[in-house]
Amino acid sequence: MEARRDGQLVVRIRGLHKSFGPLEVLRGIDLDVHEGEVVVVFGRSGSGKSTLLRCINYLEEPTAGVVEVDGIRLEPGHRTSNKKDLIRQVRIRTGMVFQQFNLFPHMTALENVIEGPVTVKGLRREDVIPVGRELLAKVGLADKADEYPIRLSGGQQQRVAIARALAMEPKLMLFDEPTSALDPELIGEVLAVMKALATELHMTMIVVTHEMGFAREVAHRMLFFHEGTILEEGTPEEIFRRPKRRETRRFLDAVL
Amino acid sequence: MREVNPEPGAGTVRPPAPLERPVGLRERLELASLRVPFRVKLAAVWLAIFIVLGAMFAASRFDTAWMRDEWLFILQGLPWTVIISGASIALAVVLALVGSLARLSRNPIALGVSGFYVSFFRGTPLIVQLFMIYLGLPQIGANLESRIPGIREALTLDLLPAAILGLGLNYGAYMTEIFRAGIQSIGHGQMEAAYALGMTYRQAMRRVILPQAIRVIIPPTGNEFIAMLKDSALVGLLGTAVSQMEIFRRATLAGRADYRPFEAFVLAAAVYWGLTTVFQYFQGRLERRLSKGYVREYEAKRPRFLPATPGATGGATGALQVEVPEVDPQQGH
Repeated sequence: MEARRDGQLVVRIRGLHKSFGPLEVLRGIDLDVHEGEVVVVFGRSGSGKSTLLRCINYLEEPTAGVVEVDGIRLEPGHRTSNKKDLIRQVRIRTGMVFQQFNLFPHMTALENVIEGPVTVKGLRREDVIPVGRELLAKVGLADKADEYPIRLSGGQQQRVAIARALAMEPKLMLFDEPTSALDPELIGEVLAVMKALATELHMTMIVVTHEMGFAREVAHRMLFFHEGTILEEGTPEEIFRRPKRRETRRFLDAVL
Repeated sequence: MREVNPEPGAGTVRPPAPLERPVGLRERLELASLRVPFRVKLAAVWLAIFIVLGAMFAASRFDTAWMRDEWLFILQGLPWTVIISGASIALAVVLALVGSLARLSRNPIALGVSGFYVSFFRGTPLIVQLFMIYLGLPQIGANLESRIPGIREALTLDLLPAAILGLGLNYGAYMTEIFRAGIQSIGHGQMEAAYALGMTYRQAMRRVILPQAIRVIIPPTGNEFIAMLKDSALVGLLGTAVSQMEIFRRATLAGRADYRPFEAFVLAAAVYWGLTTVFQYFQGRLERRLSKGYVREYEAKRPRFLPATPGATGGATGALQVEVPEVDPQQGH
């Protein structure tokens, strides 16, 4: 699959650093992601992959560097009300899918999906419900709309979580190890939804995952994270056929 | 009893204990006791306690005629006790909600004020607080009257508002900590998911965190209400007008007037006891209903953690298979 570099720039990151106390998790990340591009981020745990995603929508405040999402520029510093508003604008444009799903347990699947549009965008419930049902149908859960998350399998919960993120009509989707908490037989259904998202809706996606089959099939570009830097970058073809760095080879040998 | 020797590896062989032993009285009692259901035994103990208390009651020659005459007078305090407690718990819930959010905020004003509030009202006796509000505030008002006209009247509270304010402030301070713990019991992921959707702190609290925390908060709030029913007796020490007297005050007055203090307080205790027993019953039902929800949810959750094909993981040993469902994969990574 050819990289789509022609589209508009959705994410622009320059000189991103993040430290937790003395621990430096990100040591200078530069990254551009274009519209419609699917970027897979992989690497050992603790290499800073998740932190990168969390810095993009400011769930984590970077220590230094610039993050720009859909033209909204954020820099670390005191959270004035103006900056809080910009952060919210970035989050509204960015959907996030968590490893642990984080569905709201006191709401049904449908209520989870329409919660963002109703509470954040202030849309009318009646107007959003059909949209929510349609999204649930898209992730293959039309018949589970009125179930509470506790009654759903992990794979179903994660698909509801994807529908919930999509309901905000994001420009960018962040996937933080979306299949790592799933039983092996449930991983496929989630990956299928993500693949459809990329190939049919041409969603801009940054995916942190160990699912190398998914990466090979869907990614336009892959980033190998190592000790807080992007050690190697390339198309799946380049990464799987001719990894340049010894660490990349070693990691791929371990997971493939 | 050493009939069974549970040490197969022991080197020394003990002489076997005689199997036939003389059946003594103790043994017969133990066997007889086995046949009596536990509930019956428990009821018997309660009955015994009441018999002893009744015997003491009869022996101390209480003036039962007086008690018959006065019990209605004391019972008439019950609505006031319930009204004071009910209004106070309502005030306390509001204060606890605001207080707990303030305790969790990073705003220095909110954090400072709520910190002082909790520290002061938990750190001083309730009776002192009641007197400060009922008798102390008017004094402050009187001293300030020359500078701020009308303040004296504003700070001179009737008994009922003063009692509700005092109890509400005091219990609100304790319940602030209950609410704070309830809010903190909701996983961090919930707040992050709400934020990731673009919610403000206020929206996330109102829509996501508080509706979940309320389930954790309700049972201890019920406990506080029952405790308050009893603590409302302190209001009687403020010197209440006859029209608004709660149980304890009525008992005090009636007992003092006819020199029957113990009879009066036995009646008051009985009314309080009956009242708390009734509320404890409802409290227990409420708690069972809430915990039932948790248990059912836990049970519904479990099959997800079972291996897909039961035999796949540990076909060789049955013991291992039993272990498998106990592993919670959510804790594992």
